[in-house]
Amino acid sequence: MPEPTDLNEHDIDYSDIEAKYQVQYDDGFDNVLVVDGLPIIDESKLERLRVKVAKEFSKKGVALKQEDIFMPWDNAAGKSKGFMFVEFKNYEDAELALVSMHNHPFDAKHTFKVNRFTDIEKYAELDETYVEPELEEFTSREHLRAWLADPQGRDQYVTYRGDEVLINWHGKPSQSEVAYKPDWKDFLYVAWSPLGTFVATLHRQGVRLWGGSSWKPQQRFAHPLVKLIDFSPCEQYLVTWSNEPIVVPEGAIQGPQYFSPDDEGNNIAVWDIKSGDLLRTFSTQNEGDSPTGKKQMQWPALKWSPDDKYVARITPGKAISVHEVPSMYLEGKKSLKIDGVVDFEWCPLGDKDKEDNSTATKAVKKTSRENMLVYWTPEVINQPARVTLLAFPSRTILRQKNLFNVTECKLHWQNQGDFLCVKVDRHTKTKKSIFCNLEIFRMREKDYPVEVVELKDTVMDFSWEPKGERFAIVSSNDPNLGNQGPGVTIKTDVSFYQLDHGKNDFRLLRTLPSRTSNAIRWSPRGRHVVLATVGSSSKSELEFWDLDFNSDDTHRRETQVDWGSGIQLLGIADHYGVTDVEWDPSGRYLATSASAWTHTLENGYAIWDFRGQELVKQIQDRFKQFIWRPRPPTLLSKERQKQIRRNLKEYSRAFEEEDAAEESNVSAELIALRRRLVDEWNAWRALRKKELGEERIQSLEGKADDLEEIEVWIDEVIEQIEEVIVE
Amino acid sequence: MTWDPAISRQFNLHINTKMRPILLQGHERSLTQIKFNADGDLLFTCSKDAVINVWYSHNGERLGTYEGNNGSVWTVDVDPQSKYMVSGAADNTLRLWEVATGKCLFTWEFPTAVKRVAFNEAGTQVVCITEQRMGHQCAIRVFNINLDEPTKQSKEPLYMFNPIGSKATVCAFTLTPNVIITGHESGKVALFNVKSGEEVDSNERAHGDVVTDLQMSKDWTYCITSSKDKAARIHDTKNLMVIKTFNTETPLNSAALAPNRPFVLLGGGQEAMNVTTTSARQGKFETRFWHKVFEEEVGRVKGHFGPINTIAVHPAGTSYASGGEDGFVRVHHFDDSYFKAKPYGDLEIID
Repeated sequence: MPEPTDLNEHDIDYSDIEAKYQVQYDDGFDNVLVVDGLPIIDESKLERLRVKVAKEFSKKGVALKQEDIFMPWDNAAGKSKGFMFVEFKNYEDAELALVSMHNHPFDAKHTFKVNRFTDIEKYAELDETYVEPELEEFTSREHLRAWLADPQGRDQYVTYRGDEVLINWHGKPSQSEVAYKPDWKDFLYVAWSPLGTFVATLHRQGVRLWGGSSWKPQQRFAHPLVKLIDFSPCEQYLVTWSNEPIVVPEGAIQGPQYFSPDDEGNNIAVWDIKSGDLLRTFSTQNEGDSPTGKKQMQWPALKWSPDDKYVARITPGKAISVHEVPSMYLEGKKSLKIDGVVDFEWCPLGDKDKEDNSTATKAVKKTSRENMLVYWTPEVINQPARVTLLAFPSRTILRQKNLFNVTECKLHWQNQGDFLCVKVDRHTKTKKSIFCNLEIFRMREKDYPVEVVELKDTVMDFSWEPKGERFAIVSSNDPNLGNQGPGVTIKTDVSFYQLDHGKNDFRLLRTLPSRTSNAIRWSPRGRHVVLATVGSSSKSELEFWDLDFNSDDTHRRETQVDWGSGIQLLGIADHYGVTDVEWDPSGRYLATSASAWTHTLENGYAIWDFRGQELVKQIQDRFKQFIWRPRPPTLLSKERQKQIRRNLKEYSRAFEEEDAAEESNVSAELIALRRRLVDEWNAWRALRKKELGEERIQSLEGKADDLEEIEVWIDEVIEQIEEVIVE
Repeated sequence: MTWDPAISRQFNLHINTKMRPILLQGHERSLTQIKFNADGDLLFTCSKDAVINVWYSHNGERLGTYEGNNGSVWTVDVDPQSKYMVSGAADNTLRLWEVATGKCLFTWEFPTAVKRVAFNEAGTQVVCITEQRMGHQCAIRVFNINLDEPTKQSKEPLYMFNPIGSKATVCAFTLTPNVIITGHESGKVALFNVKSGEEVDSNERAHGDVVTDLQMSKDWTYCITSSKDKAARIHDTKNLMVIKTFNTETPLNSAALAPNRPFVLLGGGQEAMNVTTTSARQGKFETRFWHKVFEEEVGRVKGHFGPINTIAVHPAGTSYASGGEDGFVRVHHFDDSYFKAKPYGDLEIID
């Protein structure tokens, strides 16, 4: 039993318990802000300032009571100290005020600087001594265009099948090999950037760019549930779109590469590829659109000027907004207000323009072409439809053309920006039938002369020859055209037109009637064109045409002896169920593919040469995508290119030797293999025959030799004439 | 496996275009087996319409019809003298016919259908396989044929046994007396001693699916089998070693060896019941020519609009015939390019 002790209550040390149960007083300063940058005033103006400040805050939606403001006073000077403390109801209100009132211009001289009260202490304790930031070790990035240095000059392509992506080299049979087999997982599809530097994959979390010879991730853009992407022409920027509006969850990472709460609800984002920074977001919902009304979204939703300087966006029926990049400010602080505008396109830069641009920066004041865009507005009462050509940023109207009875216009630029074709679907007065006019603007001539080609049929497809003066159209007068049922293949005519320099207008070269072709694919170098029947369940023909069959490539334009005589069919091929047709960047090969996204019959791809000879065919279940890797424009100067063309024979000799060597190499290997197989077989046969015994063989062979000679007599009655002789 | 047209170009073989086929239209239902006689002047065809036809192979004229079966005729074979012919049918009978007159000389009856028959080399014995059905096991029987008095045959088989394991689908005599080679539903190829019913040798994994055809080489030292596993294989009949494999992309119903030329002929196609679910061009109803030694495809012959069920090559190697699910028999006589083509260079290949 313990000894009873005389306990004095006060002697007991409760401090441990007290510490344990001490009430945690809230710091209580989370809802206090320090507002700096106030004017320094004396007593007389104090009341007015308080009222004014409270009003400013209330304007931004943060209610403020007079008693919540505490303004420190310099008693000695009898003036305020130029800052104040504001206590808000709660933390959220304080946050809101911080965001909305920081850098708020109070008057001409004073701008609010708002800080959290809790932060002030932190700032005060800041170490003032300057510490030089450590220089990051420079690591050179790998060469993103390494693939161009391939000694065999091969092109690459990517295939996507099932969950498997392959990047392949395409060359001679012995040189066609897998370049890289990535282990990218869970993405929608792959896409090359326009100059082939990156390959993009669309994941749930956003877009990822891969590149270089190591195929390491090069950049990423966090746009959740991204569905569509679009690169700017010079690969500097990326546009992404998701059908889900952007949501920024609480506690999400903030920074230049991430969405901020301001971006919530938008669908389109613009990114800088080099830094990975988010430049701006847009909403696809235009003001005034009914939120429920579902409209077909145009993609690309943002259109880039060919030099990556501007990005433009249309508000149908109202305006075109042109933003400067990378600042993303509206150029000239205002949109181009155009009533009724339906569609527009930037004029592409030709090779020559690009050269001019690059020299213009060095040699001062060499006039380079200004950016141009073309838009059209439909007919409204008392006003014809109109196509307008506009220079930008000067905003001068270069040319306008009025059109009548217009149903629809499509704007087609030739890829060098030499010509513009406006395909005008026109209706007759009764609006029952539709025919077509092609309004062709010649962009390199003074005052942009327009010439009209009138056609009686509906034009389904129009395509300029790249770098050329020709175009091809697919037209049809098939009665089934309007209501295409399943299994119905529309009969079409394909026509080629060419600029006649003598008369300065476009004349028909030749029409190929009664075809089923519905797609025109020009070789990127011009001259060759493939007509394909795509998306039909019964027809899948590919026709390979050469438009300069008679003339040599080097001096083609000059030797136009016979109009349209150079058009020659090189070959016909068939790829069952073809859904996509694409030329390789060199214009030597054509790839056709049947994608499982469209149908599931005989999915796979085939590669053809320009004459329609099949080189590769792969039938693969669940095959989805085939894309050639684009190539950037050549770095060789005009003179160098000319020189190479002149000495082509010398260069080709080296290549031909290489080809011959390889062929003999391959065939030698093959012959050796065959010889081995035959030797093995013969050895086995000889062994068995020996076992069988000589006499048996003889008896067997004797039987075979002992052939019966059968003679067949054939009486052929050629004619039978019955003559009745009457005596 | 893909079809590379470069191969045929390389080999300069244009079998596809130049041969004019003779179309034999004598059956109302799909063909089950066709067979040339030893001289090759006659072609026997049987089909599911219970009729056996015999044709002159050189012009496609019909010589006659053997009537009497009451069910699909599954199989026929002719003796080396072209005197007698045996047939097996779904009416559970094995019949012996006189080739020249079309008379049915003798009928054996069994509890189940006869799926395969074959003569021995001398034409003195017949082996037959009966179906496994209604509690009856698959049975292999060997009969002696009384050549002197063909209408008086022994009702009882000389030997009979039930092969153990998977049922047999195809069979043939070998050079070894009393040993037969069989193909099975499981894909097994085996050698059986008919006297004892013992499995002498077997290759369990010869094929991955049912063996559909088995044809002997001219000297009977090797044979070719086809299977639903899309492959055909050449086996050494002595030790069942797989000598060559031909992998296609369609289930195969028949495979034949072309005498004197280093080719094998393969036929097949998507199952009849599955054809409607795919497009006609997916069925691949073509006779494929493969190089026997290099295992490379060298050409194709189109024509049938249903799967090919059976292929036979003229014993002298001058023509071949194919019978299809579509009820037609197509007889093709090879043209010059077929004999002259040297797809192997000047290498001599022993047949």
